[in-house]
Amino acid sequence: MEYFIELLFSGLTRGAIYALIALGYTMVYGIIGLINFAHGEIYMIGAFTAFIVSTVLSILGFPLLAIIVLAGLAAAVWSSAYGYTVEKLAYKPLRHAPRLSPLISAIGMSIFLQNYVLLAQTSDFQPFPELIPEFDFMEPFVHIVGSSDMVILVVTTLMMVGLTLLIKFTRIGKAMRATSQDRKMAMLVGINVDRVISATFIVGSALAAVGGLLIASHIGQINFFIGFIAGIKAFTAAVLGGIGSIPGAVLGGVILGLTESFATGYVSSDYEDVFAFSLLVLILIFKPSGLLGKAEIQKV
Amino acid sequence: MLELRNVDAYYGNIQALKGINLEVREGEIITLIGANGAGKSTTLMSISGIVPPRNGQVLYKGEPIHNVAPDKIVAMGICQVPEGRHIFPQLTVQENLDMGAFLRSDKRGIQKDLDYVFSLFPILDERRHQAGGNLSGGEQQMLAMSRALMARPDLLLLDEPSMGLAPLIIRQIFEIIKKINDENNTTIFLVEQNANQALHIADRGYVIENGSITISDDADKLLANQDVQKAYLGG
Repeated sequence: MEYFIELLFSGLTRGAIYALIALGYTMVYGIIGLINFAHGEIYMIGAFTAFIVSTVLSILGFPLLAIIVLAGLAAAVWSSAYGYTVEKLAYKPLRHAPRLSPLISAIGMSIFLQNYVLLAQTSDFQPFPELIPEFDFMEPFVHIVGSSDMVILVVTTLMMVGLTLLIKFTRIGKAMRATSQDRKMAMLVGINVDRVISATFIVGSALAAVGGLLIASHIGQINFFIGFIAGIKAFTAAVLGGIGSIPGAVLGGVILGLTESFATGYVSSDYEDVFAFSLLVLILIFKPSGLLGKAEIQKV
Repeated sequence: MLELRNVDAYYGNIQALKGINLEVREGEIITLIGANGAGKSTTLMSISGIVPPRNGQVLYKGEPIHNVAPDKIVAMGICQVPEGRHIFPQLTVQENLDMGAFLRSDKRGIQKDLDYVFSLFPILDERRHQAGGNLSGGEQQMLAMSRALMARPDLLLLDEPSMGLAPLIIRQIFEIIKKINDENNTTIFLVEQNANQALHIADRGYVIENGSITISDDADKLLANQDVQKAYLGG
């Protein structure tokens, strides 16, 4: 039973991170109907930014809490700048092109960013400083759930609540909802759609960057390739939950994380990806629109 | 107030508008009538900046607006109710109306206009918290027009407000259009296939065929015009 609970928490932790990245995929898809394949790389760049900033700050002797907060902020800002720029460079010029063109452009962007970080940071794994301390009050539960799992769960929950409030109540959030439901009409009520699209990329990138910081500190090492596999997993989570649906991305992430965790725990860690992607295949066969997604009506 | 000079518009390589010239004066109701695919909606989309003209000029209050972004055009006071109404389906009636006032920040004025549109269409007040997608066609048309009014436009572009509605509702909609024009001095540019009704409330009218204006005249003269009668008035 204890083993089960341990797996449950490790699954939730993974799932929370997948969900955080999946939100970026699903929001961008909701607004412009594009799978942003470079999103995993944005997450990776967030992890590297956090790595560099936290290393520098710890040399300078900053307290741990300050390091986490500043590294998180730096990662969010820097990744957002990348997300914003990628959209302007690679997607905006293709706004009226056939759907396949921006998709290929996205794959190109992903390869470009991976190789750029590879050249800058080599292919070696860099040891990531352990930013999240072992809390004393977590001591009695440490064999079930670690401090960093707990922090990840709390932080991701807060970010998701924040995102929900942003979308529901703010001006830009309302503009996002309107744009995703009817882009032409959004323009006709005076919404600057380009700005809404930029904002979507910025918010999605910031979420992914925070995910990058949390998971890098949890696992303890990063390299240029972490964005690829995390990106594919998060994309799976987004499709599982129904791409375009924000609660769907969270649900998909959690289900995927739990599946992987239990597969690792009860079968073998070699089969972790097999289970994850089998889940994707099954959902695509039986409910292609995803768990909470709406079937898209194609007008001819 | 609004003037189109030799406007050409294209969808890809297909030319939809060929040298359109027309003028809307302040306080008027102008109607543009024509068959399916003649270029009526494209004319409105060119004015709103969604399909920017490739050649020619669009002047609004003396200023060229053919290179201005759609949201800026709305800010200048031109609002469009597009064909097919385009209600935000998952937003409530209230939220749809809020979106109409997206560019405004004068809370009092917004509230006043909200009361005004509810007085025009009391049914919307009753349906306030329902999703826009669940309304009937007529209610959606009322909502679309109200949403545009929430921007407090100087020039209101209406694209086929009567499309797909029952005759009784159509009459009500046309009465309200007239009322909006009378009460607020809102200039109205009405695109219609329902030429008869449109010409009855309009001051002047234009007839568009294959992307070109073929006839322009006062509305009552167009009603009496034999060619117009034959082509658009059923007899």
